Amino acid sequence: MSLLQTGIDALLALGLVWLAWRALACPDLFRGIVLFIAFGLLMALAWVRLEAPDVALAEAAIGAGLTGALLLAALARLNRIAPAGTRADTREAWRNAPALLLVLAGAGLGLAVLSLLPEPAGLQAQVAAELGRSGVSNPVTAVLLNFRGYDTLLEVLVLLLALLAAWSLEAEPPRREAAPGPVLDLLLRLLLPVLVLAAAYLLWAGAHAPGGAFQAGAVLGAAGVLALLAGWRLQPHLTGLPLRLAIVIGPGGFLLVAWALLLTGRPLLEYPPALAGALILLIETLATLSIAATLAVLFQGSRPAAEPPA
Amino acid sequence: MTGPDYLAALLLLAGALFFLAGTLGLLRFPDVYTRLHALTKADNVGLGLIVLGLSLQSGSWLVAGKLILIWLLVLLAGASVSHLIARGARLRGIPEWRR
Amino acid sequence: MPDLYHALTLFLLLNLGAGLWRVVRGPTAADRMLAAQLFGTTAVAILLVLAQAGGVAALRDVALVFALLAAVAAVAFVRRAWPQPEDEHDRP
Repeated sequence: MSLLQTGIDALLALGLVWLAWRALACPDLFRGIVLFIAFGLLMALAWVRLEAPDVALAEAAIGAGLTGALLLAALARLNRIAPAGTRADTREAWRNAPALLLVLAGAGLGLAVLSLLPEPAGLQAQVAAELGRSGVSNPVTAVLLNFRGYDTLLEVLVLLLALLAAWSLEAEPPRREAAPGPVLDLLLRLLLPVLVLAAAYLLWAGAHAPGGAFQAGAVLGAAGVLALLAGWRLQPHLTGLPLRLAIVIGPGGFLLVAWALLLTGRPLLEYPPALAGALILLIETLATLSIAATLAVLFQGSRPAAEPPA
Repeated sequence: MTGPDYLAALLLLAGALFFLAGTLGLLRFPDVYTRLHALTKADNVGLGLIVLGLSLQSGSWLVAGKLILIWLLVLLAGASVSHLIARGARLRGIPEWRR
Repeated sequence: MPDLYHALTLFLLLNLGAGLWRVVRGPTAADRMLAAQLFGTTAVAILLVLAQAGGVAALRDVALVFALLAAVAAVAFVRRAWPQPEDEHDRP
């Protein structure tokens, strides 16, 4: 590795630690969010330097793009419910508990790293040996959707749980969005078709290159977030059952596939090699739709009103 | 290094220069309206020059097309966002710089 | 050529780091958001250069996703999180 590359890595590492510290320590929540967005950008670059383009893609889609928008929307809600001056300062009381937790977690991670074998064997050889029967040629997708499909099933369910939690909170009155104006309107009309196309591309590319349902869902969800920001709303007859179906079709379809496989006498989520490619594409397509719908609805916060606002 | 290589290197260096100009603008310009120049002009031209240089180096029309598509998307986002920020700043009465 | 790519990456990263000063300093919320938007453009440039340097085509997809989502956070800021005009907090 050349001196230049060492310089790049050192700068990234220093930048990440500095940004993490500043984002946590600064008292102004808005400044913290902007620092967190910058942290997401650097984190994606760090994954690139670690030769993990799959993770970099996920970090770019979720960390740098959507999380920033979600946090900004949460801040706007917080400022509406409890303006900056009226909030009780819980930081003093809670500062020590997380710090203790972090020290313990850090010590645990340190021990784990020290206990690693000097020449770890890794699982790449096993993955490479079984890749031919997985239905896809990208080893990351093979692991996520086939060899350890139940992990991904649980991840999709976690997203659903997050939405349930958000929806069980008190509903807010529907917000009146200001008119988007010609520039935002044009941006939306140009960008939305490209976002949908890019999501389809990422979903398809996942079979042989970095990509897949989470990245595609995040890009599609960003299209929904932009539309919501411009004041576009679902027709009232779509906010009831159709929206809920879109949200559960991903985890639901995944569970149905798992159940059907169990009925044919196979172990949990072990696909027949001849069908594996098609099943993975089906699961990922449904998951993309659900992830996108869930992210957009989470951005909106509370349950959309089933009846038109009076 | 052959002729196109030198041209590509020249374009990349020119792009870097525009990024430097953008950073200087962001740090040194006196108010939010002038700082918007860094976003809409300097860095977008810098990215365009780097995209041109890399397209020459890629040796494939497909890759060159993808690079140019990425540049156009960044242009669209940068132009729209700087308009929205400038308009919001005016509505909120953030004063412009006077000598 | 590889050395040029890596030197360019390092230079762009230094630009990004210098821009962080504006995020910390402000003075208005718009300045901070503007700087974050600028980092997106710089990150796209870095990713494209690294894709060419290492011959990793997938990095162009990462850059594509950055370019596609570049506007989302800033639009959310302008439409939701920017304090309303009557708020004194935002004045420099």
